[in-house]
Amino acid sequence: MSDIKVRAKLEGKETVVKCLMSHPMENGLRKDPKTGDLIPAHFIEEVVCTWKGEVVLTAYWSGGVSKNPYLSFKFLGGAAGDPVAITWKDNLGQSQTETVQIS
Amino acid sequence: MIDANRRTLLKGSLAVGSVGALVATGLATGVLAPRLVLADWNQAAFAATDRDAALKALLGDSAPQTNEAVLIKVPDIAENGAVVPVTVEINPAADLQGVTAIAILAAGNDRPLIASYVLGPAALPFVSTRIKMAKTADVVAVVTQGERFFSNAKNVKVTIGGCGS
Repeated sequence: MSDIKVRAKLEGKETVVKCLMSHPMENGLRKDPKTGDLIPAHFIEEVVCTWKGEVVLTAYWSGGVSKNPYLSFKFLGGAAGDPVAITWKDNLGQSQTETVQIS
Repeated sequence: MIDANRRTLLKGSLAVGSVGALVATGLATGVLAPRLVLADWNQAAFAATDRDAALKALLGDSAPQTNEAVLIKVPDIAENGAVVPVTVEINPAADLQGVTAIAILAAGNDRPLIASYVLGPAALPFVSTRIKMAKTADVVAVVTQGERFFSNAKNVKVTIGGCGS
């Protein structure tokens, strides 16, 4: 439930980052098919993406983002070897982070 | 926890995420300036149950202008409403520079606001993700440029709804 797969590739002047996070992304509106009870909300609320420590993107999410969320974004100025870090935080206070180098 | 976020929202102080401080300062003034209000996690916008209420909570009283430079790439028909790929970007050939935030809404969901992205200075106006859609509806993208908002929408037919209930 807490893996992040990230890839950051330099394509011309643009660094393209693609990441896949493992997370149930329960929106709290779904009922357990067996018991009929509501499955409590458990979803990533915030994803902070940095490049060399500088914040490039902050994503604020609801439970409307699909399970095992995918995120891709682009930025300028990156060079091969620069670190890109992805950190998520969910509504239960759990957090995960992963860093890769631009290739 | 939701409570912690609400307290943060009201206090406008830094809590979650290092970028919160920048936006929190804006909220702390207490004025809903016509820009994307994103002090940490925008409880009001994410909890809104229809598209207009969500946009109001996000943008204040400003209404976004439709702008075809806001490109939304979504399938015309989504077989699986639980996983609908959405890409929003600004047409590089268009005269729409300096976009600082992008929001994605699914107008037919119980909670239409799905995601909002705050772009740092190096970021290009491009985001791609996958969202849940409850039923056939418009996918709406709203972008912020300074004090102005632009939007576009694309209708997606959903055969099997993806919100679980």
